[in-house]
Amino acid sequence: MSWYHYLLPYDFSPLTLIAFVVVLTMYLQGLYALPAEERPGVLRVFTFLLGLLLCYTVMHTRFDYYSQYMFFIHRGQHLVLHHLGPLLMVLSNPLPIMRFWARQLPGWLDPVLWPVKMVYRVLQQPLIAATLFVGLIYLWLTPELHFDAMLSRPLYWVMNWSMLLDGLLFWWLILDPRSPHTERVLGYGKRIILLVLIIPPQSALGAWILFSDSMVYDVYEVCGRAWPMAPETDQMLGGVLTWIPPAMMSGIAILIVIGRMMRDDRNSAKAQQARDAEEVHA
Amino acid sequence: MSRTIRTLSVVLGLLLVLAGCSGSDTNWNAKNIRGLMPELEFQLTATDGEPFTPEDRAGQVRLLFFGFTNCPDICPATMARLQNAVKQMPEAMRDEVTLLFVSVDPERDTPERIGEYVDFFGDNIVGLTSDEATLRELAKRYRTTFGYGKPDEDGNYDVSHSSAVYVFDGQARARLLIRSDQSISQISEDLETLVRQGRD
Repeated sequence: MSWYHYLLPYDFSPLTLIAFVVVLTMYLQGLYALPAEERPGVLRVFTFLLGLLLCYTVMHTRFDYYSQYMFFIHRGQHLVLHHLGPLLMVLSNPLPIMRFWARQLPGWLDPVLWPVKMVYRVLQQPLIAATLFVGLIYLWLTPELHFDAMLSRPLYWVMNWSMLLDGLLFWWLILDPRSPHTERVLGYGKRIILLVLIIPPQSALGAWILFSDSMVYDVYEVCGRAWPMAPETDQMLGGVLTWIPPAMMSGIAILIVIGRMMRDDRNSAKAQQARDAEEVHA
Repeated sequence: MSRTIRTLSVVLGLLLVLAGCSGSDTNWNAKNIRGLMPELEFQLTATDGEPFTPEDRAGQVRLLFFGFTNCPDICPATMARLQNAVKQMPEAMRDEVTLLFVSVDPERDTPERIGEYVDFFGDNIVGLTSDEATLRELAKRYRTTFGYGKPDEDGNYDVSHSSAVYVFDGQARARLLIRSDQSISQISEDLETLVRQGRD
């Protein structure tokens, strides 16, 4: 197989290709159209593109082939789609680009978008968002459903896309760049609580897979593995990937939120001092 | 808060419905794959060197199985199991079942060689193969894969492939996935039900 075969999709999905091209085009066009002072810096652009590229790679290149025929690589794929990729994209703070495109929307679209906004608001209720985030992992790892998803092409794509979209929703809720002091977004304390809450169920699932004596996900036995590997090893690695990295991601996200909280406090303290000083002068 | 709980229960309810959708009225021993996989469709080369499509055995229950003739254990065991399962069926039904053995090792398995191999197991087996690209497409269609091990000094190599048997009904719809842990009588029972359903 030539090198470029590794870059081509294993299972070509026109919809996936279109979605990624549209997002990339809109991002770059927005970037270009923004005035220099609003434009995200090089590091932020790089972070966004890296997240996008990671998601595309695991979904629509040869990587997808290995994800379909190796359990632990499948777990790696979902780690990128549900955790790492969306986290990077959100962390890059694409808000200016999003605002730019929101300004381009014609007014008549508002009533059409209203139901979308409602669904979005419901999904972004903290408890629903956290339940959905963990629930989706559990759902697709239900042995019966997992088997079906690996056999059915449409279900497989629904699985991967649901992970990516939910990842974007959850990490946006957690790492929303707007400050809760000035805008109606989730408070820092609640963000940290959610990040802590999602750790135990994910770890429990990972540990259960890791320490299972029997084969929980035998679809990889039935359909053949990408290369000969002991089924126990495959399942064990998959368990570790379900357990450890998500917990670490929560840890990193908590540090980021604490950092923002402290920066906000410093800023508001400075503002307070400035106000006090003004009062003294007056 | 009560709104949150209500919405939450709706979401959970939807998830449960989604998870429970795979149920069906018939209790199969094998895994029910109805609606999960596409219809049986291919064009391969039969053991007489002529092209073969599923329509050549239209109306029959067809069992699709990937393997290779040098296969040391899984393939002969599966073939024997399937043959025994067919033999356990009522005599009048046996002719309505065809086994499709697809060799994924075209390098070594010529149509003649596959012919000798399948004839050894019985006469309701069709041996098939093609070039690797066509075989890869077929494997992909049924969400499976195969691979070749490194050849030893005599040039012998292992071939990894699916251990599953895909069962299609008389109308070429995907129906069942037989796993290697199913007993002969369980397989026989399922095949009988399928043939009977086709007659209704």
